[in-house]
Amino acid sequence: MDIMNLEKVFQSKIDDEIKIEPKDWMPDTYRKTLIRQISQHAHSEIVGMLPEGNWITRAPSLRRKVALLAKIQDEAGHGLYLYSAAETLGISREQLLEELHTGKAKYSSIFNYPALSWADMGSVGWLVDGAAIMNQVMLCRTSYGPYSRAMVRICKEESFHHRQGFEILLTLSQGTEAQKKMAQESINRWWKPALMMFGPPDDQSSNTEMSMKWKIKRETNDELRQRFVDVAVEQVKFLNMTLPDIHWNEERGHYDFGKLDWDHFWQVVKGNGPCNKQRLDARKKAHEDGAWVREAAMAYAEKEKLSLENQSKSA
Amino acid sequence: MEKEMPLWEVFIRSRQGLDHKHVGSLHATDAQMAIENARDVYTRRQEGVSIWVVESKYITASDPADSDQLFEPAKDKAYRHPTFYHLPEGIKHI
Repeated sequence: MDIMNLEKVFQSKIDDEIKIEPKDWMPDTYRKTLIRQISQHAHSEIVGMLPEGNWITRAPSLRRKVALLAKIQDEAGHGLYLYSAAETLGISREQLLEELHTGKAKYSSIFNYPALSWADMGSVGWLVDGAAIMNQVMLCRTSYGPYSRAMVRICKEESFHHRQGFEILLTLSQGTEAQKKMAQESINRWWKPALMMFGPPDDQSSNTEMSMKWKIKRETNDELRQRFVDVAVEQVKFLNMTLPDIHWNEERGHYDFGKLDWDHFWQVVKGNGPCNKQRLDARKKAHEDGAWVREAAMAYAEKEKLSLENQSKSA
Repeated sequence: MEKEMPLWEVFIRSRQGLDHKHVGSLHATDAQMAIENARDVYTRRQEGVSIWVVESKYITASDPADSDQLFEPAKDKAYRHPTFYHLPEGIKHI
């Protein structure tokens, strides 16, 4: 079959809602777009462990501590599901990590902000995971089978992250004046960066059109962002707190959320955010420090295999 | 570059009485590490009572390009299904 026909068959599968599986023919750009998106997603899960890991030893109670540990362990798991999905497209784990460590691959910019107070563990769960979930629920129906299956698994687990975050803020909102202030300050600080997690506005997003045609994405950045805003505005009322810059727009039937600073966003993506260097250094150090463990485990496995072979020879 | 750890496919039996079902893959140096990693990656919420792991390189898969000829022979054999057979109205237990 020539390439035109292959592309036609591929697109008709997509249009008929038939999932694409690893060994199926796919356009090169589809493969590349998926590798970029899935790996970026995997890296975000892994780097996302860092701002929270910072608070494990300072969690205010054992209940909060076990929840935070479990959440961070989930994130490691989510990273692994996603790396596996990316590997089905023909890129190796080594290569994926290499691209993260050299800065060639990106991860979500949100993790380049510092977690300054305990309330940030609440805001990260409620707003950052909340925004991620909006995106991830859509991705459960993405056209690539392994990615879709990984997302289904992730969404099942993500709900607890979201709820434990809100519960942290709820507890603070019923506390002392200082605790209320800490919670509100944290919400103010995370709100707009969380809105920018959905990516640039549709008219400036270079990847949106193709991704929609191939059903990698099914909703645009702006659609998802607006849904998140409308949901969060209702939720914040239970905290007796506010979200900055929110106004009801009668004409649109949605909440306006003010201007987002996209120049700042691109600066952070390019590596000039408050924690970019710290995050990448931590990742690289963990990888390098663990090298001897991986080497020893490989050597042990090879030795065991050899001794098994020798045993069966002599038997 | 260091040597990459082998890839393993993971199968989980979610409940006694059910089949093991493919859930995903992971890297490990040997079978024991693969089982331990699978426990941590795929059964953090009691999703399983039993785990199988097999190195991915030992799996042979059919080629999607051959799907038509591979599965076509079953297409025109409606007589393999119970609804192919016409029985009188009202007949019971058959």
